[in-house]
Amino acid sequence: MLEAIILTVITAATPLLLAATGELVVEKSGVLNLGVEGMMVMGAVAGFAVTVSTGSPLLGIVGGAVAGVLTSLIFAFVTLTLVANQVASGLALTLFGLGLSGLMGESFVGQPGIKLQSLDIPGLTTLPFVGKILFGQDILVYLSFAAVFGVAWFLNRTRAGLILRAVGDNHASAHALGYSVIGVRYVAVMFGGAMAGLGGAYLSVAYTPLWVENMTAGRGWIALALVVFASWMPWRAAIGAYLFGAVTVLQFHAQALGIGFPSQFLAMLPYLATVIVLVAISGNRRATLFNTPSSLGKSFVPDR
Amino acid sequence: MGEGTGDTGEILRRVGGDTPLLEVRHVIKRFGSFAANDDVSLKVMPGEIHALLGENGAGKSTLVKIIYGSLQPNAGEILWKGKPVTVASPAEARALGVGMVFQHFSLFEAMTVVENIALALPNCKATRELADTIARVSANYGLPLDPNAHIADLSVGERQRVEIVRCLLQNPELIIMDEPTSVLTPQEADQLFVTLRRLAEEGCAILYISHRLEEVRALCHHATIMRRAKVVAEADPARETVNTLAQLMVGNEIIRVIRDKGRLGPEAILLKGLTQISQEAFGVSLQDVNLSVRSGEIVAIAGIAGNGQKELFDALSGEEPLEKEDMVIFAGEAAGLMDINQRRLLGAAFVPEERLGHGAVPALKLSENVVLTRHGTGEGIARRGFTRFGKAGRIVEKVTSLFDVRKGVLDPEARSLSGGNLQKFVVGREVERTPKILIIAQPTWGVDAGAAAVIRQSLIDLSRKGAAILVISQDLDEIFEIADRIAVISRGHLSKAEDADTLTPEKVGLLMAGGAEKKGAAAA
Repeated sequence: MLEAIILTVITAATPLLLAATGELVVEKSGVLNLGVEGMMVMGAVAGFAVTVSTGSPLLGIVGGAVAGVLTSLIFAFVTLTLVANQVASGLALTLFGLGLSGLMGESFVGQPGIKLQSLDIPGLTTLPFVGKILFGQDILVYLSFAAVFGVAWFLNRTRAGLILRAVGDNHASAHALGYSVIGVRYVAVMFGGAMAGLGGAYLSVAYTPLWVENMTAGRGWIALALVVFASWMPWRAAIGAYLFGAVTVLQFHAQALGIGFPSQFLAMLPYLATVIVLVAISGNRRATLFNTPSSLGKSFVPDR
Repeated sequence: MGEGTGDTGEILRRVGGDTPLLEVRHVIKRFGSFAANDDVSLKVMPGEIHALLGENGAGKSTLVKIIYGSLQPNAGEILWKGKPVTVASPAEARALGVGMVFQHFSLFEAMTVVENIALALPNCKATRELADTIARVSANYGLPLDPNAHIADLSVGERQRVEIVRCLLQNPELIIMDEPTSVLTPQEADQLFVTLRRLAEEGCAILYISHRLEEVRALCHHATIMRRAKVVAEADPARETVNTLAQLMVGNEIIRVIRDKGRLGPEAILLKGLTQISQEAFGVSLQDVNLSVRSGEIVAIAGIAGNGQKELFDALSGEEPLEKEDMVIFAGEAAGLMDINQRRLLGAAFVPEERLGHGAVPALKLSENVVLTRHGTGEGIARRGFTRFGKAGRIVEKVTSLFDVRKGVLDPEARSLSGGNLQKFVVGREVERTPKILIIAQPTWGVDAGAAAVIRQSLIDLSRKGAAILVISQDLDEIFEIADRIAVISRGHLSKAEDADTLTPEKVGLLMAGGAEKKGAAAA
């Protein structure tokens, strides 16, 4: 029973973790992209379409990431090059993604998909209890953890990460020092798009291998909330994703067991948790100052 | 040509010869139809401390940005050691050997000193070796720094040290300094001059931008003076007086502030044991502040930024509620629990430090900004939920003519005004009401000499008409020009206000550097 629950928690948490890790990097560079849901759903439909037409779930995943990047480029062009408002553009991107994916996926509704293979190492995967959890996952689950590790290392240990944080902390100063604020942000937004696309592809290729319109069902918003919940720290994002994933699973089990508890209440728990965390961190101004990218959501126009 | 030798990583001693280190020839820079630099030429010799003088908007910052590669000129050329160069970016300027200490520091608050410095060095990471180098170089030049401190925790003076050390680690041959002493105490400034002289002796040239002519005279070997986008004069500052330099900067229209003795009336502002614990992470708590200002006098509060000035202003204006109502008394009435409009009805007016964003809403017209501070003053500008913009418009007109506010259209948005003109408007808006009490923070911050003189004179005139004025300022020259009495704030303690005639800038400087605290604590 416990093993089964853990396995479902992993599948619920992975898309959240992928998208949140990407958005974390985007926000660290000072850009607030509220279009995560839109990029995820584009990744989901592209992932499914490529998988079905090529017969390869791996290619499908790549397709999902590419679709995420392309969608994010619209946002990047509008907000970074044309300096439009980031909040409005992000919301528009979500609506755009939901609409376009519905149109693109119309012919795929009801088609059977191909499920992404899970790892199967003889001897290890068959170990009792831990075997399936540690050695029996699909590639995206491992990738999500690699991403958390990689992003944490990148942000705190590399020069490029230092520059990215500098751009997010004070874009005027970064520009004065000669860094390309817009260039750094383009790359960050594209990375965010790729990760959101992977998260979406996970849903349609690994989680439930089929395409349903609107199948992200608000996960992009949870990923956004997660970034704040994690106060922009990659490891906390991982913990948060699993916490939120567990809540989602709990919701299903509570329903199945017929506990007289409205499932809607559980569904709102992640958001409630985010609000509580927001209140908690805003009480500690010092922590807020050091973790929150100061330029978040502010447009940058170099004076030339 | 002599060749310099020395350890790598340290600044080499260079012997210059006759070739200028930097020569700017006939540079033109236009923004639209407006020329910010119009045929500007400049020569800086190695090891020379070269002053660049001029009022705000004279084009100094534009010129410096062109030299540092953040702006590209429309015409003209730059020669480095006699060879023409194109400085396409700040990184290229740094590679040539040009370093810059910015006026508004270009530091990253949430990062450590090491990280900030690593960002300015090519391909450098925030490693332990870098931290060691920073500690060594900073100690060497008398600028002690903790490499692992976060910028947000540092004082303004320490932040400037970070900027300077960051410059020094790039092995610069020319350091550009934009208004470096405007944020320092006289003592900190003296320390800076020692460092700069030492750098110059080692062969590093310094291009020094400042408004403070006294220090330019003491420090600089040569001065280039700009006015309205052009170079108008070259001078040897040691041979000029402050007055002749000022005349060169502003042309002939120099306005002098005239201050006679005022006739003192009753106590109009009284602070009794004003204590306020700050809730902000980097805020300062006010500790038993006592002060009285009588009608007809100007009392100035000096102090280094971030010593409780903001908190004091907020307590006086009613932005922060106080514990007891008699901590602040305006015109005999206990005002400590009143909101800002109730205080205004007692005859008080307030001009905050930040003119754009706090003193005025950038996107609103001037007339709308008039309504914002004068809707509740009983003048009938807002009545029964309706606003009378005709009345507000007439106030704009009056302020415009009284204070010579220069604007393109009749009623422009606040953000379209230049800093000096907006400051004249923000001050004029309150002065035009002839308040009985005026609390004003940094009345001429970043404003050119002409506008500053207009504002300072208007404050003196207002007080002589019987207003009690409290000026919170960091600018000692300004304070000595207008104040009758001076008090110093230091970490939330306020020293006793003393007669300005009995004080000197040095004495006030010592109080600013902490002398006021002990007194405050002993008095309490």
